[in-house]
Amino acid sequence: MEENKPKYEVFVVNTAQYYTLHTKKYGMRKKWQAADPNEIRSFIPGTILEVFVTPGQEVVAGENLIKYEAMKMQTILEMPFTGIVKEVLVAVGDKVRKDQLMILLEELPE
Amino acid sequence: MSLKRNILDLRRRKKEAQQGGGEAAIGKQVAMGKKTARERIKAILDDNSFHEYDLFVEHTGKDFDMEKKVLHGDGVIIGTGTMFNQPVCIYAQDFTVAGGSLGLMHARKITKIMDHALKMRVPIIGINDSGGARIQEGVNSLAGYGEIFYRNTEASGVIPQLSVILGPCAGGAVYSPALTDFVFVVENISKMFITGPSVIKTVLGEEISMEELGGALVHSEITGNAHFYALSEDECFEQIKKLISYIPWNNTQKALRFPTQAPTFPVSIEDIVPSDPHYPYDIRDIIKAISDSSDFFEIMELFARNMVIGFGRIAGNTVGFVANQPMYLAGVLDCDSSDKAARFIRYCDAFNIPIVTLEDMPGYLPGVDQEHAGVIRHGAKLLYAYSEATVPKVTVIIRKAYGGGYIAMNSRHLGADFVYAWPTAEIAVMGPEGAANIVFRKEIDEAENPAEMRKLKIQEYKDKFANPFVAASKGYIDEVIEPLETRARLIHSLEISENKVDKRPTKKHGIPPF
Repeated sequence: MEENKPKYEVFVVNTAQYYTLHTKKYGMRKKWQAADPNEIRSFIPGTILEVFVTPGQEVVAGENLIKYEAMKMQTILEMPFTGIVKEVLVAVGDKVRKDQLMILLEELPE
Repeated sequence: MSLKRNILDLRRRKKEAQQGGGEAAIGKQVAMGKKTARERIKAILDDNSFHEYDLFVEHTGKDFDMEKKVLHGDGVIIGTGTMFNQPVCIYAQDFTVAGGSLGLMHARKITKIMDHALKMRVPIIGINDSGGARIQEGVNSLAGYGEIFYRNTEASGVIPQLSVILGPCAGGAVYSPALTDFVFVVENISKMFITGPSVIKTVLGEEISMEELGGALVHSEITGNAHFYALSEDECFEQIKKLISYIPWNNTQKALRFPTQAPTFPVSIEDIVPSDPHYPYDIRDIIKAISDSSDFFEIMELFARNMVIGFGRIAGNTVGFVANQPMYLAGVLDCDSSDKAARFIRYCDAFNIPIVTLEDMPGYLPGVDQEHAGVIRHGAKLLYAYSEATVPKVTVIIRKAYGGGYIAMNSRHLGADFVYAWPTAEIAVMGPEGAANIVFRKEIDEAENPAEMRKLKIQEYKDKFANPFVAASKGYIDEVIEPLETRARLIHSLEISENKVDKRPTKKHGIPPF
């Protein structure tokens, strides 16, 4: 009988430790991370139509960064703060997933 | 002049229409491992009880050369028959006819049999096997879906509605099953999704198979859209028959009563639960140990496994069991398990099925993902469902009943009729470990050996509060009982509740936190 026992995992609720099994969906959950203001990510899956900036470029808050099409609607992403474009990770024609990193920014040096 | 010629002509017409999409299409259906629509209906109903209507209905499409096409029965079979000698309505989409696509007349046939079921107050079983809307019929197809959804909603809580997914069920079509009470799926055959793999690939460049996107297992394990998972169509039909045996035919009746049978579970109810509250066991063993013939028919077995729901019988009467499952995630409450239990409680309440709650849970699942997924909103569904239910409600607290979970799991405060606790019950605002850390923080922090002091204080809290007697002293639980008394207590409580009257304020409907 002993060897038929399932392998329990330790599971903590309110500092108490319980021995139990995990579910498949519990194993699939993603660890939460705070949003990084320097990362421009896609908020909906789509296709890149235009990239307005190049790496190293200084961009003023409100200027256009990327135009992309999703669900038959064109959307323009704007610069959230005045800073420098560090990296551009997408090109015209690329298909982006939701939450894909497209542009990396950097604050202006003091 | 005899009528023979007309009769022979009728027979010839019927035979032709009953062929559906013809031999080649039927061959394809069989090659996919699927039964035909007609075979499915016969397998579900009592022998020779099926009576068909609208066999000669034809489609009304006029565009894209559709007027030249003959679609027998317009791709769906409707009719009435019996199960266990009681009347039911049934329809089955016929994939061999234009891929079971839904056009105006196809939808009209379905709504006709749905109207019939609602008027006659008998269950309706829908077998879905359709490629989706018939594009050639345009907005007429959309109208058809809408008219089906409207009737699903109208019939909800009045007659049982069963959806059997035996093929693709894509796009708008998925919402009829989603509105019904129970959804059956079969491995490799059922496929449900709003947008299919090809659209996802075109738009997103993501490649995923139909099975991985919306197969039977996905809907049983991940999405919670399906209630019953089977490996074959035959197994699925057995599940349908078994389910039907537990539920009443409509909301004014009670489920069929069976002769009382003693439980047959081989292990004594005293030997199932480990004495250490940190160790798990299978709550279904307890259910089996108190149910007639130890027969428990589990619903949504693979989804949110930390909560167990299903039907059993106690002294011959159907009861709905709602139970925390310490075997998975320590039996915590979370978004999915609250959702799962809440909907089942509302089903039982609508169809006059008493609810037996077995409680052993350490609280709510902590974590950012749960908070952001709306555990407040989902958890509230459980409170709502229990509070709203007017059927007999009995709770047995097996071990842990901490905090908000204690309230949520059909406590006295939400209107439970009878609440029992085993001597192993720990009814407290939180577990001893967490509580000791808060209540005795100062003593622990100031002690020479904080770890030792914490241990001591946890024990102190356990002795004083983590037991059933504090709640019993306030009348929040009715009696502390021995495990072996559980079944007899439940039988008696349900007997006493037989004619329960619980009137609520008149209202159009409540506003549950959907």
